[in-house]
Amino acid sequence: MTPKLTVVRSGALTTVQDAGRRGHAHLGVPRSGALDAPAMRLANRLLGNAPDAAVLETTLTGCAVRPDRAVTVVVGGAPCPVTVDGRPVPWGAPVRVPAGAVLDAGGVTAGVRSYVAVAGGVAAEPVLGSRSTDLLSGLGPSPLRDGDVLRVGDSGREPALPGVAPWPAPPAELTLPVRLGPRADWFTPAALRTLTSATYRVSPHSNRIGLRTEGPPLERASTGELPSEGMVLGAVQVPPDGRPVVFLHDHPTTGGYPVIGVVAESALAAAAQAVVGTPVRFVPG
Amino acid sequence: MTDGRMLDVRPAGRHALLVELPDAERTGDLLAELLRRRAAGTLPPVEEIVPGARTVLLDGVRDPGEWARRLAEWDVPSRTEDDGGVVEIPVRYDGPDLADVAARWGIGPGEVAARHSSYTYRVAFCGFAPGFGYLTGLPEELHVPRRDTPRTRVPAGALALAGPYTAVYPRATPGGWQLIGTMPDPAPLWDLTREQPALLTPGTRVRFVPQGGAA
Repeated sequence: MTPKLTVVRSGALTTVQDAGRRGHAHLGVPRSGALDAPAMRLANRLLGNAPDAAVLETTLTGCAVRPDRAVTVVVGGAPCPVTVDGRPVPWGAPVRVPAGAVLDAGGVTAGVRSYVAVAGGVAAEPVLGSRSTDLLSGLGPSPLRDGDVLRVGDSGREPALPGVAPWPAPPAELTLPVRLGPRADWFTPAALRTLTSATYRVSPHSNRIGLRTEGPPLERASTGELPSEGMVLGAVQVPPDGRPVVFLHDHPTTGGYPVIGVVAESALAAAAQAVVGTPVRFVPG
Repeated sequence: MTDGRMLDVRPAGRHALLVELPDAERTGDLLAELLRRRAAGTLPPVEEIVPGARTVLLDGVRDPGEWARRLAEWDVPSRTEDDGGVVEIPVRYDGPDLADVAARWGIGPGEVAARHSSYTYRVAFCGFAPGFGYLTGLPEELHVPRRDTPRTRVPAGALALAGPYTAVYPRATPGGWQLIGTMPDPAPLWDLTREQPALLTPGTRVRFVPQGGAA
């Protein structure tokens, strides 16, 4: 019998995430998947899971689960206090949780999203090849609620990474390398200069769909309406208010606001850990 | 026929390119050619082929520059009228905006069913929600604007018009389109138990079949 986890405290927003869904964007299906993918992969490797085994992604306030059999877990990503039945245990390293004990990943002390990985992976039902919760289109498991029961898969498929791994610190300032296009020509030269010279800040309206920013608006050179077109992960879309939005994993697959540039995917993990108010600079790259 | 050198290829980050075309027709032609080459195994690796109104996004490519050079050497044939399968969708023309649309069309509400169902449509692209297809084929003189005030809830199965597009809502969502009818059982529009969950995939031709009891 494989273990089950009962959700004791679901937190502000906790979802199941893996590497997401590929190859269905033409049907309107977002990629989804862990926003801080390197954190998910590192947590999994510390447990001997496949790197993309499904994990829990928390938001600011963490979550707590109770296994019905002993399990090994790693809580990583955004730093937070971790306890087992109230006793402090290490963050960022494998922890044994006895049957019936409560593992609590607490509120973050930095960053936004912690990841709770369990040896064997979270065995939610896959939809279109992924167990990820997609908050835009509602595919995959619903966000966790108190009392939910999660199945855990078979553990021990790969050797675990020994020792303690280095976890990158959440960013004090977010630097996002951006390549202009496909619709940079919809903006004034001044707007293109503003994009890479001004300092923006992470807006409280950010979510898994996009990192919204506050700062100087980017002025359009043309006022027409853009016919809907495909959108990539990391696209910097500029809605009518002129404040750039960086598309994260639950972004819509097509959209009608011009994309001034695209942020490198490798920078999006840091974007997912940038708290509200963090300074954001877009740099050519 | 579209000469590949005429394609407007735009960068979209390190691993994608956005190909812009002059109109929806040529966009459909390019999509059909991409899908034909992929089925034939002659397409360079690409993770997502995402059509838009006048664009095709090629996402998840190793070298966008190399892709752009290859595309310039293509001749993209025009599709024929009967290219691709036809999906028939049963519809009751009983939507709350039927009278408004009829007035804009200058016909009686009872004539909308015959007019709207007289055309063959084609899925230009998907978006908004899984299985939500934007269907072209309505003549320009029948295009209607979105409603001034969107509805907070459009029911699943609603047959709707906005601008050049016709759509059937796969599930209940907010929406600003003009509702002219109802697909009685919308479940097949998005069915995760099928190998191909979306009924209306880009390129598919669609006919609407009026059902008895139409308004």
